[in-house]
Amino acid sequence: MAFDQNSKRIFKLVGSRPPRPDGVEKVTGRALYGADMTAPGMLSGAILRSPHAHARIVSIDTSAAEALQGVKAVVTSADFGVPDDEFLRDVQDNCMARGKVLYHGHALGAVAATSAAVAKQALALIVVDYEILPHVTDVDAAMRPDAPVVQEGRSLENVGPGLSQNVTSYCEFGHGDLDAGFDQADLIISRSFKTAATHQGYIEPHACLASLSADGRGDLWCCTQGQFFVRTLCAGILGIEASQLRVTASEIGGGFGGKTTVFIEPVALTLARKSGRPVKIVMSREEVFKATGPTVSSSMDIKIGMTREGRITAAQAQLRYQGGAFPCGTVEMGAQAAFAAYDLAAVQTQGWNVLTNRPKEAAYRAPGAPMAIYAVESVVDELCQQLALDPLAVRLMNAAQKGTLSSYGPTFDDIGLRATLEAAQAHPHYSAPLRPNQGRGLSCGFWFNFGGNTCVSLNINTDGTVGITEGNPDIGGSRASISLMAAEELGIPYDKVRTIVADTSSLGYNDVTDGSRVTFSVGLATIEAARSAIKVMCGRAARIWGIEEDAVIWEDGCAKPAGPNAGAFPPMSLAEIAAVSANTGGPIAGHFEVNADGAGVSFGVHLADVEVDPETGATKVLRYTVFQDAGKAVHPDYVEGQMQGGAVQGIGWALNEEYIYGADGRLQNAGFLDYRTPVASDLPNIDTVILEIPNPGHPYGVRGVGETPIVPPLAALSNAVSRAIGVRLNELPMSPPKVLGAIMQRG
Amino acid sequence: MVRVKIWGSLRPLADGQSEIELEARTFKEVLDQLGARYPALRPQIKRGVSMALNGRIYREAWFTKIPPESEVVLMPYMAGG
Repeated sequence: MAFDQNSKRIFKLVGSRPPRPDGVEKVTGRALYGADMTAPGMLSGAILRSPHAHARIVSIDTSAAEALQGVKAVVTSADFGVPDDEFLRDVQDNCMARGKVLYHGHALGAVAATSAAVAKQALALIVVDYEILPHVTDVDAAMRPDAPVVQEGRSLENVGPGLSQNVTSYCEFGHGDLDAGFDQADLIISRSFKTAATHQGYIEPHACLASLSADGRGDLWCCTQGQFFVRTLCAGILGIEASQLRVTASEIGGGFGGKTTVFIEPVALTLARKSGRPVKIVMSREEVFKATGPTVSSSMDIKIGMTREGRITAAQAQLRYQGGAFPCGTVEMGAQAAFAAYDLAAVQTQGWNVLTNRPKEAAYRAPGAPMAIYAVESVVDELCQQLALDPLAVRLMNAAQKGTLSSYGPTFDDIGLRATLEAAQAHPHYSAPLRPNQGRGLSCGFWFNFGGNTCVSLNINTDGTVGITEGNPDIGGSRASISLMAAEELGIPYDKVRTIVADTSSLGYNDVTDGSRVTFSVGLATIEAARSAIKVMCGRAARIWGIEEDAVIWEDGCAKPAGPNAGAFPPMSLAEIAAVSANTGGPIAGHFEVNADGAGVSFGVHLADVEVDPETGATKVLRYTVFQDAGKAVHPDYVEGQMQGGAVQGIGWALNEEYIYGADGRLQNAGFLDYRTPVASDLPNIDTVILEIPNPGHPYGVRGVGETPIVPPLAALSNAVSRAIGVRLNELPMSPPKVLGAIMQRG
Repeated sequence: MVRVKIWGSLRPLADGQSEIELEARTFKEVLDQLGARYPALRPQIKRGVSMALNGRIYREAWFTKIPPESEVVLMPYMAGG
């Protein structure tokens, strides 16, 4: 769907900031989240989780639990089939361990009872005989040939010899002659980096209510980023036809990628099937940390060569990502993204995905990219420091632009990297003075963005209002943006449009809300659905006027004769046409179904100022500015919110957040008290600068904005802290003890 | 004739080539011909690939037309958060 290049339209509504449509319900506590759903006769579900990092399940005795009064069903892996499809089997085995528990917190049994207290009591009565196995939680240790093997036989054909079976896949990207490139460099820096696994930190724990009646028809209400994908997974695991399982997404209290799969839903459905009653499961915060999907943790080697003038001559990265106990494909994304910001003649990235005894990773905004770009941007910054070059000027000198052969293969179309760098260079933040113990860091960021399967139905109501039905949970303001685009296209006020998110029985398949795809894809489908409805309305007006349909145009929310030759009829508004729709052919609607492509890649640049306390190693963020190309900011409040939210999550990743495992392989900080996310009092206002370089693949020029903002903060913070203390830091998070240690080593 | 660039770790599965010339008019024809000519590529094609056509990424659209002289790059299947 191409950008409307010829129209050069001046937007009337797109780009404005109307009040958010979900605001009143959320601030008055009326919005219904996953845990708010109830049903008559509902049971409470609870899940038994492994206390061990790695163990064979010798036996499970559930008889005492089943005998407890109030217990209506107990399930283990024996109550599930074994899906033929490997991906589905992994999803199921992650929800309910089969044969072995693979990480601390892995589910291996579940109970449905008349109360949460009885369910909890019943869990304590389940007797499990474990044969404890050696475990591994560190990525480098897991790659060694003698490492404990998490799962056997999972390596793909592309993994080379000499590595543990834990290495499941290998990838390589790049072009050019690396040796020749490094020969041209005046300075080459090679560094190794590590980043910890972090959690998305959404406030709302996973929750669902499942009902599965004796006739095989099911309903599932859950907090998710994709009700259609939940249906696909649950129907596959339970052997239900898709048409017989209706999944409804609740309001969502944050997801950020972590709610793109299932953890409890197939268990609740299985308990509901066995008990014959609705079953609700709500995860505790501890369960969220132990048994949902954090990011990968990483170990990386970066080598970059630069001339003394600042031109990068060659660049190389080796990325090792551990994604927990099941195979993942995250390193491929990091390996492609690592050097995307640069125009390079010689570049190579290699990546390995590795199994460990940790929970299976899940997506987290731009999955795989933040850690790779952190490492690359850290080395670029160190090169600039050693060569006494301005880091922003160096990025501009090497910036990818239209026509650049990207490091991952394609040649870039219109991109906004140079514009964001120039905006950062011209911003007062970049030239503001710094005091002792303060440092300024800079980083570029990148994400691919994509479109995907999308359906939109747009109904013209007889009172002249418009209802839009779409299928993607609203995690970033999409209902407002979709209503704005519909109102813009139809030429009616924004408050005449209401957008709702449909269940899986009300609309065709929609991909998950991920990949920064919704404002792009659903917006595109909405515009096309509106155009379809406009065509119908023009036809109705033509019939009323007795003229040809192609003699009618749509302008400012009205059908009008195309010119004087078409007749002298007064314009008919959408409301007037809708009011007589029963007389002119029946209800008026537009719909559009597409697998959208052309999302357009996104770049951002972040500037961070920090002050480090030399006595404690604590870092305070003093000033932070985000520059990002949004293509077209449909609702700038939400775009700024995405930019600010991504920056804050990245700041947490850089400074404090980490999964900490003990020598026993157990997670030691499964709660927000010990897993420290930034709160408002930790942060300055996050300033934002939106750039609008239209995406040629969208009628209004929209690009996704949700993921890119989490990419640059890691390096921006690391570069700022490193410059503040005069020592390069190569490991995240930069918690106070690590920073203090670096200061003390410096002397 | 279309020249399809493949990523580095696929090259050993395609006789070491980084670019492959095919008679293909659509994304599907590219995939079918790659799989037919280099059976070792089939597992990866089955797991999922994306295609960048003149810089624009397509994830699944089999019938995306490939104009002559287009830049076609095979990429891993895109995933996001």
